[in-house]
Amino acid sequence: MNLIDFLFLVFATLSVGGGLLMIFSRHPVSAALFMIVSMVSVAGLFVLLESFFLAILQVLVYAGAVMVLFLFIIMLLDVGPEGAKSSKIKLLSGLAGIVCFGILVVFSLILVLNSVPDCSSCAGWPSLDDRNLVLGESLVFSTSVKSFGFGLFSKYMLPIQVAGFLLLAAMVGVIILSKKFVRESSLS
Amino acid sequence: MELWNSLELWQIVAIKVMFSLMMIGAVMTMAGYSVLAERKVSAWMQGRVGPNRTVLPFIEHIPLIGPFLKGLGIFQPLADGLKFLFKEEIVPGHVNKVYYYLAPIIALVPALTTMTVLPFGEFFTDTGDRIPLMLADLEVGILFILAVSSLGVYGIVLAGWSSNSKYPFLGGIRSSAQMISYELAMGLSLLPIFLWVSKPGIDVAALSLVEIVHSQNQSMWLVFVQPLSALIFMIALFAETNRLPFDMPESETDLVGGFHTEYGSFKFGIFFVAEYAHIVIGSAIFTTIFLGGWHFLPWMADPWPSTWIGSILGVVWFLAKTIGLIFFFIWVRWTLPRFRYDQVMSLGWTKLLPLALVNLLFYVILVTWLDQPAS
Repeated sequence: MNLIDFLFLVFATLSVGGGLLMIFSRHPVSAALFMIVSMVSVAGLFVLLESFFLAILQVLVYAGAVMVLFLFIIMLLDVGPEGAKSSKIKLLSGLAGIVCFGILVVFSLILVLNSVPDCSSCAGWPSLDDRNLVLGESLVFSTSVKSFGFGLFSKYMLPIQVAGFLLLAAMVGVIILSKKFVRESSLS
Repeated sequence: MELWNSLELWQIVAIKVMFSLMMIGAVMTMAGYSVLAERKVSAWMQGRVGPNRTVLPFIEHIPLIGPFLKGLGIFQPLADGLKFLFKEEIVPGHVNKVYYYLAPIIALVPALTTMTVLPFGEFFTDTGDRIPLMLADLEVGILFILAVSSLGVYGIVLAGWSSNSKYPFLGGIRSSAQMISYELAMGLSLLPIFLWVSKPGIDVAALSLVEIVHSQNQSMWLVFVQPLSALIFMIALFAETNRLPFDMPESETDLVGGFHTEYGSFKFGIFFVAEYAHIVIGSAIFTTIFLGGWHFLPWMADPWPSTWIGSILGVVWFLAKTIGLIFFFIWVRWTLPRFRYDQVMSLGWTKLLPLALVNLLFYVILVTWLDQPAS
């Protein structure tokens, strides 16, 4: 077993184990921390795939920003273990969980067993051609930051704009929902 | 590269570990002496003497040098460290034990991890190539620094929460809000730098710190090219390192000791060192990005030869700039009063962030205008 395999096992165990512990821990703060462990380990898996940019985005966005907000809200609302009371339909939810997990396992097994390893281009990633990228043709797999930029601002320009607009709409919705509007006449 | 290929795996790992330990040693020593500098500089600013009693027994008897070193308090960090180590470990009964012990470690590790991608000098090979001195030459070095340093907030938040007491809790909440707010401005202030450095026609890896330093060789330092970016980055750096105009998490006048109120002895020492390690690394990053790194002065070629002497002098020059910035941090702390908490928040969100956005927009337009082909 070489170093990469060993590190893969470490990070894979940490990410799956962190995810499981997040679900099963009773205290919300512990759950949030295990989620951070899981996310950072996924970033470690990205590093092993030599896609450093994705790894860093994973840490920067999820572990560094989103989870800080989660933790912030949990602490501000002071949710304790008693906040996560077990639901009344315990049996049903447990059953649903098992069924979903089974379906997931079966489908991923089918996917893995049916896939034919195609190693015609395993020798190395093809080099990046800026000209093709601008035209949006033959977007090859690449881990460099530049190819992300070209992809996002050429071929995937519209999806990016739409996603940004959806997020803006969600934000406006939250503001409207959480704010109580008082009529001016009722103030006086 | 040929050198690496001829080595066994364990040899490479051993060399990397050795370099890492040397770097940790250097940064921790600098952090320890920043504490001494803080005490000395504050003492001089307030017309006091500062620490001037600690001395090793045999050094005291060296004429001239001994008393001089004693007066400077050179051995004070040693005594402070020993004091932290041998103090009684008091763990209050009301704390959440696991997180209480975990928090100082989480605070220190990100501060030390950021130094892996920090270039601090260059080495000249016989063929005239320049190899940057750093632990890992990452293409996206600056993003790595931003990502890892954003994890440092967990240490403070957990310390505040696990202490189960009011003042630390308030400190932790304040700190997490403050860090999220200023991270945005910090990231936005760096974008114009990368736009400027990786203009079309210049073939560089866009986000590499080494390329940023090289771009400042024999030309203007980026602090003169983009003063506004430098200012925003500096302010955000003060906020991220919890230094005085922004030391909300531990403002002693309203929060006793802030997030580390319940901590004592060595665990407090780790928080203390982590704060100063943040300052050292932050100063080094500012030097790398805005002050030309290890290059001599703006518009001037490096006066030292391209040999190992030049490498050493470059590293020394880099350290000199970093130490100058550390002094600036201390200077600001003992000169300016503290912001009120709502002022910190409104400064971050309503002034710094729009300013950073306008700055970015301005440089986008400027770079586009400069780059359009002359027709």
